[in-house]
Amino acid sequence: MRLPLLALLARGPAHGYELKQDLEQLLGSAYPQPNVGQIYVTLGRLEKSGLIEGEDVAQSSRPNKKVYHLTDAGREALRAWFEEPEDEPRVRDEFFMKLALAPQSGLADQISLINQQRRQYLNTMRQLSKLAAAEDRDNRIAHLLIEGAMLHLQADLDWLERCQEELEELE
Amino acid sequence: MSDDRPAPVLRAEGLVKTHHGEGAPAHAVRGVDLSVRPGEFVAITGPSGAGKSTLLHLLGGLQRPDAGRIWLDGESTDTYSEARWAVKRRKRIGIVFQFFNLVSNLSVADNVELPALLAGTSPKRARAEREQLLAELGLTGKERSMPGELSGGEQQRVALARALVNHPPLLLADEPAGSLDSKGTREVMRLLTRFHQRGQTILLVTHDARLASAADRVISFFDGRIADDAELDGGTPPRRAGISGVLELRD
Repeated sequence: MRLPLLALLARGPAHGYELKQDLEQLLGSAYPQPNVGQIYVTLGRLEKSGLIEGEDVAQSSRPNKKVYHLTDAGREALRAWFEEPEDEPRVRDEFFMKLALAPQSGLADQISLINQQRRQYLNTMRQLSKLAAAEDRDNRIAHLLIEGAMLHLQADLDWLERCQEELEELE
Repeated sequence: MSDDRPAPVLRAEGLVKTHHGEGAPAHAVRGVDLSVRPGEFVAITGPSGAGKSTLLHLLGGLQRPDAGRIWLDGESTDTYSEARWAVKRRKRIGIVFQFFNLVSNLSVADNVELPALLAGTSPKRARAEREQLLAELGLTGKERSMPGELSGGEQQRVALARALVNHPPLLLADEPAGSLDSKGTREVMRLLTRFHQRGQTILLVTHDARLASAADRVISFFDGRIADDAELDGGTPPRRAGISGVLELRD
């Protein structure tokens, strides 16, 4: 969460709770609610590494709050982040190892493994559909996040289908 | 032991269908038992060529099985003639296809009203039904358009209206989003879900897992056979694994 927080601070100074709210608003219900404690911890680390600086602001009826702003080093780190393409998503290697090793173990059947995994993906897919239906229609970013997750799952399901086609022929 | 549950809308036993074309015979459906209860939304999914469309055609009486039996609302279809099946498809089974199959030289309004008129509905009533459905499907104002003037997504909505105009107890859908883009797929999904929530029984054939996940039961079809038949729970997502893991940003 380090770089998303830096990116939010690129707009202007903010305190931890504001950042949490900004993230929630941007990503909608699709994104698991960020834990405010985790945000404070991350902000502490970012400050230690000199990417942001915090300033205590006095509040009349509450303890001081710390308002953070981006440093030049932080802005540079952010720029580098945007300039780099990201790694490809990982293939589900744990399931793949199960599938590959099932026959020789004699403890599991490959087709049953595929069916079990498919049920899992389909249930997740259904939850994503429900999430999409519940999400504010105007929140495009949230919808794109959900749609991306669904398309990834779709690809995983297509791949399971290929596994099943290939492995059933061997039976 | 008595079973108080209502008779299945659709039941099939031992269905077999082999296509004899050029080359080796293709065993499209190789012994399928299936039961769909009222109000269920069932998706049949599998790779192309697995025989799932053939299965749907058998269940809608568009093709005849080589072996096996089909019951509609508990009534055996063994002795049905082509004409009898056609009447069933008008009144009790609505069907939507991948390529919409709208009548290209009839307006949107006429496409939707035609099956109602053929089923003996009065013109006034057919018109009222059509108006209501088109409004519901967001097509008000398109009544006079010809199918060719509409986008793929709009044509599929017209096809859905046509399939539902006679309030059939069963809706069969054969790859209804197969020729639509991602956005169009989402639209079809939303509409099927909405009709299902109102009690419409739906049997959907699709290779699209997103569409399939709108159903509460997913049948995986491989090589002419049912490989798996799973009820989707769709309950609340587990806190850490599953859905939140799929969506989570990495630390």
